[in-house]
Amino acid sequence: MTDAPQGTTALPIQIRDLTKRYGSVHALNSVDLDVHSGEFLTLLGPSGSGKTTLLMAIAGFSRPDSGSIRFGEDEVILTPPHKREVGMVFQSYALFPHMNVADNIGFPLKLRGISGAERAARVEEALETVQLSGFGARNIDQLSGGQRQRVALARAFVFGPRILLMDEPLSALDKKLRERMQIELKHLHRKLGVTTVYVTHDQREALTMSDRVAVINDGELIQLDTPEVIYNSPANAFVADFIGESTMLPLTRDDAGALLFRGQVVGDAGTDQGRDWTLVMRPERLFFADAGAETDDQTIVLTGVLREAVFQGESEMALVAIDDDTEVAVRFGTSGRASASGSNAGDQVSIGLDRNDVIIIPDGQAV
Amino acid sequence: MARADAGGSRSGKHLHEAALKRQHAREQWSVLSLVVPAMIVIVLIILIPLSWLFYLSFLGDDGGFSLENYHKMTQYKSYYRIFVTTFQVSILTTLACIALGYPLAFFLAQLPPRWAGVFMLAVLLPFWTSLLVRTYAWLVLLQKRGILNEFAMQVGLWETPIKLVHNLTGTLIGMAHIMLPFLILPLYNAMRKIDKDMMHAAANLGANPINAFWRVYFPLSLPGMVAGSLIVFVLCLGFYVTPAVLGGGRVIMVSNHITAILENQFDWGAASALGVVLLVATTFTLYVAARLFKFDAALFGRD
Repeated sequence: MTDAPQGTTALPIQIRDLTKRYGSVHALNSVDLDVHSGEFLTLLGPSGSGKTTLLMAIAGFSRPDSGSIRFGEDEVILTPPHKREVGMVFQSYALFPHMNVADNIGFPLKLRGISGAERAARVEEALETVQLSGFGARNIDQLSGGQRQRVALARAFVFGPRILLMDEPLSALDKKLRERMQIELKHLHRKLGVTTVYVTHDQREALTMSDRVAVINDGELIQLDTPEVIYNSPANAFVADFIGESTMLPLTRDDAGALLFRGQVVGDAGTDQGRDWTLVMRPERLFFADAGAETDDQTIVLTGVLREAVFQGESEMALVAIDDDTEVAVRFGTSGRASASGSNAGDQVSIGLDRNDVIIIPDGQAV
Repeated sequence: MARADAGGSRSGKHLHEAALKRQHAREQWSVLSLVVPAMIVIVLIILIPLSWLFYLSFLGDDGGFSLENYHKMTQYKSYYRIFVTTFQVSILTTLACIALGYPLAFFLAQLPPRWAGVFMLAVLLPFWTSLLVRTYAWLVLLQKRGILNEFAMQVGLWETPIKLVHNLTGTLIGMAHIMLPFLILPLYNAMRKIDKDMMHAAANLGANPINAFWRVYFPLSLPGMVAGSLIVFVLCLGFYVTPAVLGGGRVIMVSNHITAILENQFDWGAASALGVVLLVATTFTLYVAARLFKFDAALFGRD
């Protein structure tokens, strides 16, 4: 990687007021987004949220109705895809079946007039980077899914693009391989240093891989932040619900601005008037408290009836009914010390939540 | 089933082994029985008459085995000309179909499926009309005082009528029109199967539209084109009606000559021999094409 341009000149992407309508539906509704130079940014959203449309607009495959896309200083909104110089890994990999592995990877080099020995050397170098040395002469149909994925990746970065786009590249792999590739992609990103925009609907994948996550829904950018902030401080009910597991319960607000959950103060609305507030409880942040424990400065305690406890391998999920129509999910590890294993369905139990783990979101509807 | 259970568990080494095997065999036979009617028809109307023709072609005037029917073909130059004409018309028709059909199929493959269906109807509609009607329709259009010549002369494109029919030109126009759907259908199918991401990937990697077409799209559409071309070519080799009507006696293909032999000389041996040679030539063409283009894959959609 000494003479290759990768890693030295990653480009930032600046998107302004990008709008795309299909009929009356806004696939993208005036999206503003800055992708920093060299960062790994994930577009996360449910299917039909507009995340793929956004990626396709960056790649130049779908023509937006209006807006601006800049790579560094250059406006590219009118630039045809073959002149944008961005690498892309497709969900289907889109490897050319009539070319072997080396020809696939050499394709962008050939188009750039890099011939013979140099092309072969760079193809081999790229194969080495994705740990497929010696696979050059294979046909595409002789490769496993994971190998195809690596070839698609090598083809996308071999010509030294300063921006790399990935459209759900791991969705076709099985879970084990997917998790290994997530780590490998992260390594590769660090090595190449290239600005990367990654699309996925898998929130866990987004949290695992990204420097920052852009949550997208209904063609709008809902929240853009680091995985920790997205998870710990979701901007609204959609983000709280889409990312991680959660139980959402409505809060009431007293005259002094304190937010109450069943009479217990859980937070402060400050001067913010006339809004609805929702308490978000992550199952893994809840724990079983000792019988008779009470709410204090540190812990909020709720009591209820254990409805069901489901063993899931690495953890156990318990559903606790805190009243007739409110169930709270509690997840706990299955180590020897794990609590609640002693309780049976129907038992009275107490669950605790550290005040530091309280998540309160405005304008939310309990889902 | 109870009986099978008992029998199976006793006779097989493992539980129900024999009974399961029998069940499997029964299912296979019942599927196989579906092809029996077709097999009977094929044997009755194809294999037996073909064998009979084959046999006839080797009979001499005296009724014994003889190669004289084949010997005749090497003797007369007219036979040579007939085979040249047959292949010439077939190749030119196939090329004309590719030239007309490829852009059309490409256009159809780019359309949303609903619109493609409407346009496809335009391709298929003539296909559902009688061959003879279409051929005579061309005669009306192309003849000396036909619509095309009248129109062209009125507009001033040319002054005296151009001979568009009763020659090779007319035959090719008619045959290309009739064969076009046979090329377009498999080609369109192959094009529809090309993943849109392929062209996106090509562009993304730096290929301008022309490069992307020739390096990616065209090679991927090639199996469909070869399949379509072969169907057209093979159908052309044995074509009769259109050259007979539009060729005006000047375009004599093998089938036309076979008819002539039977009508004029009632010589079954000579006619059969021509048929056998045509069959062999066709088989040989298909074999070579299969070798060159892996065309079984193209026809049967194997990847």
